[in-house]
This record gives sequence, C-alpha cells and structure tokens, in this order.
Amino acid sequence: MDKEKDKELQPSHPESGYAIEGASEQASVVDGAPHSEPVGRKEPKQRGQWAEVWRRLKRNRMAMFGFAVILIIVLTAIFADVIAPYSFREQNLRRIAESPSMDHLLGTDELGRDIFSRIIYGTRISLQVGFVAVSISVIAGGFLGALAGYYGNKLDNVIMRFMDILLAIPSILLAIAIVSAFGGGLVNVMIAVGISSIPVYARIVKASVMSIKEQEFIEAARAVGARDLRIIFKHVLPNAMAPIIVQGTIGVANAILSAAGLSFIGLGIQPPTPEWGAMLSGGRMFIRTAPHIATFPGVAIMITIFALNLLGDGLRDALDPRLKQ
Amino acid sequence: MHRYIIRRMLMLIPVMLGVSFIVFTIMFFTPGDPARILLGERAPAAEIAALRTQMGLDDSFLVQFFNFVRNALRGDLGRSLVTRRPVAEELFARFPATLQLAATAVVIAVAIGIPVGIISAIRQYSLFDGTAMTIALIGVSMPNFWQGLMMILLFSVYLGWLPSSGIGTFAHLIMPAITIGTSSAALITRMTRSSMLEVIRQDFIRTARAKGLDERVVINRHALKNALIPVITVIGLQFGYLLGGAVLTETVFAWPGVGRLMVDAIRQKDFPMVQGGVLLLALAFSAVNLIVDILYAYIDPRIKAQYK
Repeated sequence: MDKEKDKELQPSHPESGYAIEGASEQASVVDGAPHSEPVGRKEPKQRGQWAEVWRRLKRNRMAMFGFAVILIIVLTAIFADVIAPYSFREQNLRRIAESPSMDHLLGTDELGRDIFSRIIYGTRISLQVGFVAVSISVIAGGFLGALAGYYGNKLDNVIMRFMDILLAIPSILLAIAIVSAFGGGLVNVMIAVGISSIPVYARIVKASVMSIKEQEFIEAARAVGARDLRIIFKHVLPNAMAPIIVQGTIGVANAILSAAGLSFIGLGIQPPTPEWGAMLSGGRMFIRTAPHIATFPGVAIMITIFALNLLGDGLRDALDPRLKQ
Repeated sequence: MHRYIIRRMLMLIPVMLGVSFIVFTIMFFTPGDPARILLGERAPAAEIAALRTQMGLDDSFLVQFFNFVRNALRGDLGRSLVTRRPVAEELFARFPATLQLAATAVVIAVAIGIPVGIISAIRQYSLFDGTAMTIALIGVSMPNFWQGLMMILLFSVYLGWLPSSGIGTFAHLIMPAITIGTSSAALITRMTRSSMLEVIRQDFIRTARAKGLDERVVINRHALKNALIPVITVIGLQFGYLLGGAVLTETVFAWPGVGRLMVDAIRQKDFPMVQGGVLLLALAFSAVNLIVDILYAYIDPRIKAQYK
C-alpha cells in the first residue's frame, strides 16, 4: 500500500521499498552496495564480489556460528538413518511418555516412540518445508516482481495491487485458509506457506529491478539488441540477488515456524510423520504429566530458527558494508 | 491532508473486495457440499438438492460471489454450518476478546521494545546491547505456541501462580498477552535500534552535537523523533500480525477469541465461519494499517507537504 511510498520519502532509504514480512526492520538495510553500484565494471569479476561477501561473513562470529549450526542440521537430516537410535514410527507401548533416560535420551512420547529419533528425522521435514516453501515464494514473487519492476506502468499496477490484497491477509491466516480448504499434508503445507509469502519477494525484487534497470549496462544490453527476457534473467536478476538471499534465509525460518504452527493446530503435516510442530501438538495434552514431550521439539525449532536468523543477519551485514562502519 | 486520508481510505475498498474474492474462491473450491453438511450424510438427495437451490449453491461462481459481497456489506456473512447461528454474530461476540489480547500484547511490546532499542543504539556494542540483541533474536526464534506451553508449565504447573487457560481476570490475560507480545517486542527492539543507529549517524545530529548541545537533548529532541517514524509502521504491522497470530496462542490458552473460534470451525468443516473469520481479521489488519498511515502523515511533515 502506501508503505512503499512512505519509505521513499525518507531520505535515508533511497530506493528501498522492501516491506519485509515479520522482520520489517530490514526495510532499510538490504539496499545499497552490491546491486546499486554501477556493475558494468564489475561484470567480469562477479566472483570477486561474492568472495568479498564471504570474507566479511567469515569475520562475523555470530553468523558463522549460525552457519555451523545449520550445517550440522543439514548433515543430521542427510544422515538421519545413521544417527537416530530408533525408527521414527516404532512404538513401544510398554514405555509410554517416559522421561529422558540412557535408553531414550530425550524420553518417549505419548505412543512410546523415541523423541530423540523423531526430532532427528524431523530435521528432514522442516528443512524440506523451509526450502521448498521459500523456493515457491522466491520463484513466483521474483517473477512477478521482476515483471512489475521492469515493465512498470499498468502491469506494475496490476501486479502490485494484487500483492497488496494478498498482504492484507496476515500470512498465517492465508496459509490456514488454504490448508483448511485443500487439506493438510506436506505438499499442501509447503504450497500454502509458499503462496502466503509471495508478496514479500515480489516487493523486494520489484524495488531492486527498478533501480537496476535504469543503469547504463542495461541500456547497453538493450542497445546490442538483447531481448527483454534475456535482459531480465541475465542482467537484472543476478544483480538483485543480495536482498533475495537475505530475505530468503530469514524466509526459511519463517516458513518452518508457519508450518510448525499449522501442524500444531492439526492442519499441517499428519502423523506419524515426525514434524516438530505436530510432535509438540501431541505432547500438549501431557504438559502436566510428561512435559518433556512438548518441550524438546520446541527446542529443536528454536535452535533451527535462531541459527537461520543469525546467518540472515550476518548475510545482511556482509552484503551491506554501509552499516558496518 | 484530507485528500491523503480520503484517498487512503478509498484504497481500502478494492483491497477488501480482493480479499473477499480470494477467500471466497478458496472456500468455493473446497471439497464438501455445505447443504450435505447441514442436513447430514443420510439426508435424501431431493432434500439436499432443494436446500442447494435455496442457499443459491447452484448459481454460477460469479453470481454466488456477488451475492456473498452484497450480503457481507449488509453484515450478513451467512450461517454457521454447525451452530446454525449467523456467522457475523458469533464473530463479533468473540472479537473483543481477541482485540483485548492483541492490544495488551502491543502495549507490552512497545513498552519493552522502544526503550531497549534506544539504549541498545546509544550504547552500541556494549554488554547491554549484546545481551538485548541476543535475547531479541531468541524472542524472534521461539514459536509462540511453544513459548505459551512453556509458560504454562512454569507459571501454572510448577509455580501455580497463574491460571493456564480461560478468560476473566487480569491474571488470565498475562500469559497469553506476553506470549503473543514477545516476538513483537523483539522485532520492535531490533527495528528501533537500527533506525536509531541510522539517524545518529546523520549530519544533523553531528551538527547538534557540534553546537555543544547536551547529549540527552540531542537524543531526545533530535534523534528520537526521526528514528521513531519507521518504528510506528512496524508497530502497526505487528498489531495486524498479532491479530492473525492470536489463532495459535488462543488455542494454547483456550482464550475464547476469534482465533480459537476459527480453529474449531476448521476442525468441524464450518466453512462460512472460517471465511468470515479470515475476512474479519483481514479487515481489522487493514484498518489498523490505515490508522497507522494516517498517523504517519500527521507525524511526518514530508507527507503533509506532498498533499497540501
């Protein structure tokens, strides 16, 4: 809505129209260096730019910590079969809701399943949901944003007004509406969460594209007869990557949270799939007698989200040196 | 100025129409026949067909949508498939509880977020700043339904200080409001800090200091005013998200608001209720943003100047 305009009126935010969902504070910080400098000179040393970003990121201890945690989570997901002491669906009805012990590091749940193993397998589900949902929003939002930013005028108006409408529905509600209509399950959850974040990326990409398309190297590409689609994909979008990467990292965190929330109210991923939100929901009834059932999956979610946020913050600083004196 | 407000209010109309369209479309293509749900599985086909005609379910999509909007404008959101009572009536009965929860949460979030954010910015990289930022990041990272459960565990089960569910007294309000407000407090802290940092580095602040003004005056009179402008937008947005996020927290604390009503409705496949709930919360969200935008125009003379 007018948010975008309001922001443009602030002298300190030259071209940012990014209203970032949930983490709106990033609004002003992702613009700047990598994409708004003239890139003509930089084209041959693209890699140099990313090496520089990596160098800056490496100096940020918190970000590297987050990165390391995410690596561990990814490895856990890949090697879940090797790490998990039990299967995620194996029930032992003799040992229901047991507290943590040597046999069951984090105890057993309401059906006598090993919580530790289920959390380990749960990394697969959460990472999958996070990455697929964000991919859906980045691809759809990026495409719409690029069209709006590049062609401007009427198309811009139509697309962005549609995005305004989507933004008027709080994203978790939109996801709830979609899932309640079409049913839960992994695929529907990923689609629902993905769709509900499309406007965020559309706005980010549009703002970047608008600032990039005015630059000389785009004019040069046009002058040598490159077609619009080629210009958008080869020249404009690669230079708009920085804010997408930052928002995408935080977006994965948000997607995991949303999916867990959907599962928590029974709309998301169905048992026996070891989804963290669903596990938590199952343990809710036993909060008085066996609190560990609901506690540990929540800790797993928190660690994952925390690490992703640390990395996201670090990436933002690394991509925008203006902020780090 | 009035032109700005009027223009901004008029923009709400197409947005709400669009929201209705999206919500209506989603529910329209939902498998399951409302007439059958109303009459039960065993009802004779003829009766179901008659009710379908009566409810207008045999009309084309566009006619149905048009009727839906026309009725909605009159405050008629259809009838619940479960209780048979008007959806609007049920929603409005529950809305004050949700509003109370969200408003309390916003107050908590602002009361924590703004002062902490300011101090963090003034003492950038200090111990206070580091601690506050770490806590804020943890606050953003906690799923609020889980935080709610943990608070119940600590304050109701172990300590027995607060009731774990229900509504009524102030004690009932504390845990749900804190649960919903935490992530907003964290976001507002971070936003205030970064906005403040950006302002502090600007030339006019350097000028104020160079004039020999007391640091307190520089911060209070010059920096704060400018730094808080973007924060207001975030507070408005947060208020909206809190209304939506209440869905989960209300479920945890059995708080009888719109969110919990919707979760129950979803379980019972009461689609008119879900539809109405989403519409109501989206309208509330848009209304809050409208108010924020208008406030914004009053605070920021640059907008005022544009519409003189």
